[in-house]
Amino acid sequence: MATSSTHESELGELQRRLMLLRVGLLLVVGLLAVRLWHLQIREGPYYRDLSENNRTRSVLLEPARGLIYDRHGVLLANNVPSFSLYVTLEDVKDREGLVQNLADLLGLDPVMIRKKLAVRGSKMLPKKIKDRLTLRDATVIESHRLDLPGVMIQVESQRNYPRGMAAAHLLGYVGEISPEQLEKPEFADLHQGSIVGQYGVEKSFDRHVRGQAGQKSVEVDALGHEKRTVQVDKPLAGNDLYLTIDIRLQKVAEDLLGEESGAIVALDPTSGDVLAMASRPGFDPNIMSRELTPKQWVEIVQDERRPLNNRASQGQYPPGSTFKVPMAIAALESNTMSPSSSVLCTGGYQFGKRIYHDWKASGHGYVDLHKALIQSCDVYFYTIGQRMGIDMMAEYAKDFGLGHETGIELPSERVGSIPSTAWKLKVKKEAWLPGETISAAIGQGYVTVTPLQMASMIGTVANDGVSYRPRLVQAIMDRITGNLQEMPAVARGKAHAKPETFRIIKEALAAVVTEGTATRAKSSIVTIGGKTGTAQTTALGKEKRAEKDIPKKFRDHAWFVAFAPVEAPKIAVAVLAEHMGHGGSAAAPLAKEVIETYMKLRSQEPAGVPQS
Amino acid sequence: MIDRLIDNRGLDSFDYRFLALVLAILGIGVLSIHSVTHSQQAGLAPYYIKQIAWILMGSAAFVFMLVSDYHRIARMAYPLYGVVLLMLAFVLLEGRTSKGAQRWIALGPFSFQPSEFAKLVLILVLAHYYSKTPRVGWLQRVIMPGMLMLPGLVLILKQPDLGSGLSFVAVYAAMLLMVGVRSKALGVILLLVVMLFPFAWEGVWGSLHDYQRQRIMAFVDQDYDPGGKGYHALQSRIAIGSGELMGKGLYGGTQSQLKFLPEGHTDFVFAVYAEEWGFLGVLLLLVLFVALIWLSLEIASKAKDQLGALLAAGIVAMLCFCVVVNIGMTAGMFPIVGIPLPLMSYGGSATVMTMASLGLLLNVKRRRLSLFY
Repeated sequence: MATSSTHESELGELQRRLMLLRVGLLLVVGLLAVRLWHLQIREGPYYRDLSENNRTRSVLLEPARGLIYDRHGVLLANNVPSFSLYVTLEDVKDREGLVQNLADLLGLDPVMIRKKLAVRGSKMLPKKIKDRLTLRDATVIESHRLDLPGVMIQVESQRNYPRGMAAAHLLGYVGEISPEQLEKPEFADLHQGSIVGQYGVEKSFDRHVRGQAGQKSVEVDALGHEKRTVQVDKPLAGNDLYLTIDIRLQKVAEDLLGEESGAIVALDPTSGDVLAMASRPGFDPNIMSRELTPKQWVEIVQDERRPLNNRASQGQYPPGSTFKVPMAIAALESNTMSPSSSVLCTGGYQFGKRIYHDWKASGHGYVDLHKALIQSCDVYFYTIGQRMGIDMMAEYAKDFGLGHETGIELPSERVGSIPSTAWKLKVKKEAWLPGETISAAIGQGYVTVTPLQMASMIGTVANDGVSYRPRLVQAIMDRITGNLQEMPAVARGKAHAKPETFRIIKEALAAVVTEGTATRAKSSIVTIGGKTGTAQTTALGKEKRAEKDIPKKFRDHAWFVAFAPVEAPKIAVAVLAEHMGHGGSAAAPLAKEVIETYMKLRSQEPAGVPQS
Repeated sequence: MIDRLIDNRGLDSFDYRFLALVLAILGIGVLSIHSVTHSQQAGLAPYYIKQIAWILMGSAAFVFMLVSDYHRIARMAYPLYGVVLLMLAFVLLEGRTSKGAQRWIALGPFSFQPSEFAKLVLILVLAHYYSKTPRVGWLQRVIMPGMLMLPGLVLILKQPDLGSGLSFVAVYAAMLLMVGVRSKALGVILLLVVMLFPFAWEGVWGSLHDYQRQRIMAFVDQDYDPGGKGYHALQSRIAIGSGELMGKGLYGGTQSQLKFLPEGHTDFVFAVYAEEWGFLGVLLLLVLFVALIWLSLEIASKAKDQLGALLAAGIVAMLCFCVVVNIGMTAGMFPIVGIPLPLMSYGGSATVMTMASLGLLLNVKRRRLSLFY
């Protein structure tokens, strides 16, 4: 049959053509195999890397900062857990959408979020958007995880100051590293979002307290959510600091200043230990360590009372009559005056055409050095100042640590100024006028000092000229080795004065308290020596006005520098109360309180050794 | 009558080999689906359990296609095609949408994809057509079968389902190659045209959905924008490549387990397998597929009549096309067009349809000894 045979031949042709399909199949499968060999064998390691990068993210683990204790082991700064919000850009598909989402969920400013995301750095590394999230906010984020790819909540330790405002200027505060700081070599191993000390001991001892960041490799899924921890390099906590201050004494000093502006510094003259360093007004370091809004910043920085200013080491004031202490020493040592020679004080001192008044208009009569200190006779010191000349005065003042840094381990210590002829030429570009020597002799005019310098000065006197650099940290405990490294007292150059001179001066300073201008500092439990000062803040002819009629900001600063016990000094104190008037009435009682408190505390327990 | 007698013969060693290959590939598929989805929370049942259910349904279809006479099935070709066209039209009007395309008909708890069944029905239609029609002119050899295919193709592309549309054209092209064209060269050219389809046919571009255009764009420039358009292709290549020689082990594929690779249990199941079993596993799988196709070609070349040979050839061509294009696309050789890997990708319609096709294949083989026509 024709049809059948056609059919047969067509079937034969069809089946021969199947060979084509076989060849084609082998060819194409061969091609696939080659392609897969290329992908898996030749480029396998490359793709293996890509898949590792896909799934692993490095998360920096912030170290816990070292703890800070006072000299008896009372905790002053620790860390509390806190939630931080991070975003890994690599895992973010819709950046703008995420910004809006976060802004809506947490009530944040979208501009702030955008700014944080725009900080340069690897897309793989999480960027910190916000810290100190509330538990509620952290929960909200966690419950919206699926809508927030690339978002991560990390528990971190947050600096905390359990005692609030106490010792705020001394402790300082921490904050996120600034872009300028990141450029500096000492912050080389840090990164955006690192927390560093920005003020106080937190800043000056930052490299001890900071610790070392760790790293965690985590496996993430396609949405950037953590699935598993691959590897952890634990962060190393920072070292602990044991400060020299006694927080109880510190608190007493701060409370004594109360709402007034001023500073109280208490040192141990035999070691330089800073026992207390109060500055008012203060601030809460817990707030400063948070991320402040620009508005909050402006408020703090523009506060006229300047609460961030550490008046103890940064406030520069004319020392007033407290300056008579180094001047008296200068007079004896330079043989300008013998202890017994007297000067007649009639209430004023004529130089050229001008009369320089004594604070006591009726005058003190014949005064020797002892009496001049007790009664704080200005005319006596005008006279010796005039005889010594400004350059010799400056030499002795500097010998007692004035006019230069005490070397305390705090940022931005100020030095005040001790004028001399060279100083005036250099700074004012003018020649020294002889009349200026006279006001300098009683600590007015160009003379300015910090309360810390004055405490150090009176401590040096009390210690018969042996002086130490003020020491804030007595020991550092290494968190890894557990070793306690003691910080030795650092002796400075001995002040040049004979023991006899110190004896005479200390005797006079003791009498200042027992019978002179500072009888309000007289204590029933300890012998105190000291010197009052009343620093004029303005040259207005205010002698004619009653103190209470003068607006407060024009009133005098009250000074008192003291040491105790007179026989074997253990504490040196400088009190400065801004615009509080006379040193004898406004500053001396404060110093007495501080000294008595310290003596009581000392008698209660053996001081010195930090307890772990 | 004689048909019945032949039906009652037991399975021979060829059948066992054939079945063993099918089961092996199905098993690998279920394992890979389990691996990639075991950490996901599925609704009612885990994916691999559902896939096993589909395989059981597919087995029923397999047996049905095996025991019925294929001549009788082929006689139903036109009515079946009519039903398929109606379902495709229904899908366009009422179907369930997924990823911007309407492909599904919901049937109670199930939903199925008429376009998958359309492929098998097209094979039946064309085989039936060629075996019955004297093929003397262009009109009868090329144009008429083309006209038969066209309504189905249009409806499928309208969904749009580029992958199924391509398979449709591939089946037609394979049939032409077998019997439609006289010159072999022309057949080869035809095959090339199908391969280059997405590039060549400018007109199809306009009818594509955004995500399809993106998938094709991703092929053109593979490494650009891994988070967006090229994401699929890149993640798939990373999955396969990072498997290296030995693979990362079962459940060890980070690309798929951590969901970097989307559609790991469906279209990209090959990448999951390649990541976990490495190049050695890939070679094994390729060998299994080649062996299965080889046996199928064996059936086609030994078929006792034209209808049987055409049915077998059509099924083999479709199988080849799907395997090659799917692996090619996951390996970054072809655009990502959404063709499942036969017997491995998760999916009820495709699994049942593929197993039914294989049943029909074995049917052809079992009747080749019958001299009765």
